[in-house]
Amino acid sequence: MTMLEIRNLSISFGGLRAVDDFNVEVKKGCLYGLIGPNGAGKTTVFNLLTGVYKPNEGIITLDGQDITGKRTIDINHAGIARTFQNIRLFKDLSVADNVKVGLHNHMHYNTLEGILRLPRYRAVEKQLQEQALELLKVFELEAEAEVLAANLPYGKQRMLEIARALATKPKLLLLDEPAAGMNPNETLELMDTIKFVQDHFDMTIILIEHDMRLVSGICEELTVLNFGRVLCQGATNDVLKDPEVIKAYLGE
Amino acid sequence: MRMMAAKIKSNKVLRSNLITFGMVIGVYIIVQILVAAGAVSSLVRGLLVPLCTYAILAVSLNLTVGILGELSLGHAGFMCIGAFSSAFFSKCMQDVIPIAGIRFTIAILIGALTAGVFGLLIGIPVLRLKGDYLAIVTLAFGEIAKNIINMLYVGIDESGIHFSTRNSLELNLSGNGVVIIQGAQGITGTPNDSSFTVGILLLLITLVVILNLIHSRDGRAIMAIRDNTIAAESVGINITKYKLMAFSISASFAGVAGVLYAHNLSSLSATSKNFGYNMSIMILVFVVLGGIGNIRGSIIAAVVLTLLPELLRGLNDYRMLIYAVVLIAMMLFNWAPSCIRWREKIVYKLKSGKKHTKGAE
Repeated sequence: MTMLEIRNLSISFGGLRAVDDFNVEVKKGCLYGLIGPNGAGKTTVFNLLTGVYKPNEGIITLDGQDITGKRTIDINHAGIARTFQNIRLFKDLSVADNVKVGLHNHMHYNTLEGILRLPRYRAVEKQLQEQALELLKVFELEAEAEVLAANLPYGKQRMLEIARALATKPKLLLLDEPAAGMNPNETLELMDTIKFVQDHFDMTIILIEHDMRLVSGICEELTVLNFGRVLCQGATNDVLKDPEVIKAYLGE
Repeated sequence: MRMMAAKIKSNKVLRSNLITFGMVIGVYIIVQILVAAGAVSSLVRGLLVPLCTYAILAVSLNLTVGILGELSLGHAGFMCIGAFSSAFFSKCMQDVIPIAGIRFTIAILIGALTAGVFGLLIGIPVLRLKGDYLAIVTLAFGEIAKNIINMLYVGIDESGIHFSTRNSLELNLSGNGVVIIQGAQGITGTPNDSSFTVGILLLLITLVVILNLIHSRDGRAIMAIRDNTIAAESVGINITKYKLMAFSISASFAGVAGVLYAHNLSSLSATSKNFGYNMSIMILVFVVLGGIGNIRGSIIAAVVLTLLPELLRGLNDYRMLIYAVVLIAMMLFNWAPSCIRWREKIVYKLKSGKKHTKGAE
């Protein structure tokens, strides 16, 4: 079953065709890698998927639903959540509160119930706290639940970003260079975590990554981008052996 | 363990809120005792209601500046709108509703609602702007609000309400008609319904609403927008909705402060001294010195900085000099890194000291 289908996606910035006739099909439950040299347009694809940019051409379908050109928040409601290359946490909120913001659209009470502290407020807040801690436990962050996000070490900030994205209960998770700035040990842990998320939440994941060990270790399929165009597409092992890919990306 | 962590947090918030409420109520009781004992000069007695007004203004602006993270310099404009709309109502209804309590309650609601609606209307276009631009536009709004009210003539007779922008003769009132807003002279003869007790009550209501809002689902969304708008959008937070919510709630409490202010004076006019941009900046000074995002600090700063010039009156020429020194000292105390470290040290020492005495028991 197809979770995400992108057809003929293109966007230009001035004269630069940042993404040019991009096609991809991601199966449900797949761990899909998007690689390519710097400036190849990988993050631009993520920004197009999440509605930060509107495509000039092309159609994006998520789980059968056309989401082309929709607003970021509608796309999140439709089921895409993401992390960012340069970490974007709510740094003056606690770790638990960061996740609770992610849960925002799944747990409701209205403003008046919040201000007057009515029973619904207490009940929902209690549930929110439980769900947030449950999610933090997956990422081994439950001990830091009340720490300000800004005070977390770098690797844990990356984990918290993933936790926050998962809190929105997405169908598709986009990870933008999750291993950037991590040491080899942290990267290994991250690989386990990503695999765990895929299995445990039955999640479809697309990740952008430069760390080849991570890519070859966990990605099932790959797309290689170069100058905004698809260079090669297919199963990870085949793609990484492709002479074109080796020439453009890995070096001869 | 998990439940404990949750409890510790909610206790911390609760304790901090209770300290704030306790502080306000404590000051109220002390002042009431002093007044009863005759130990308060008439000068300071006259300042009690303005103190509440400024405290409400500072707390409400802190919602925009500290929690939403947007710089607004139009707060005096919302206060002005709240003051005039409620004073207009009170003056019209003075004979119709003779019971001051009911009339004043309705006046407060009208002031809050009018200012809140204006906050919403101004917020829709203005909140697309950021930082300096937002500050400039809100500053302009404050001045426009003040100047429009300054040239407005409103009268009432049996056929309804009459408006004019030139003079009171153009209102074409019938013989029984009364001019209520007289241009630059404003509204005279507003019933004096404000009192220190009412002021403290309104301040407490403001605190309950704003503190509870901050520590709720909506408050988290507002602070998420402050910390990172792009990320907030990516997790499905409706940016426009929450920005407008924070801005209009902030405006409506400025309106409440305006109601309190208007009903403390027998004649209300929109001068640059009370509703001009100097006032907006004054409120911002309270917020910045009290600590951006720190509600309790806003109240303390508002009280200290309002009382100080009056208490220093005896020093004549040196008055403003000392005022300036205090401003700088407060700024350093709140924001200088070395002072923050020093404060943390003291707090840590006090806490560990407490533990020792507990252990000794």
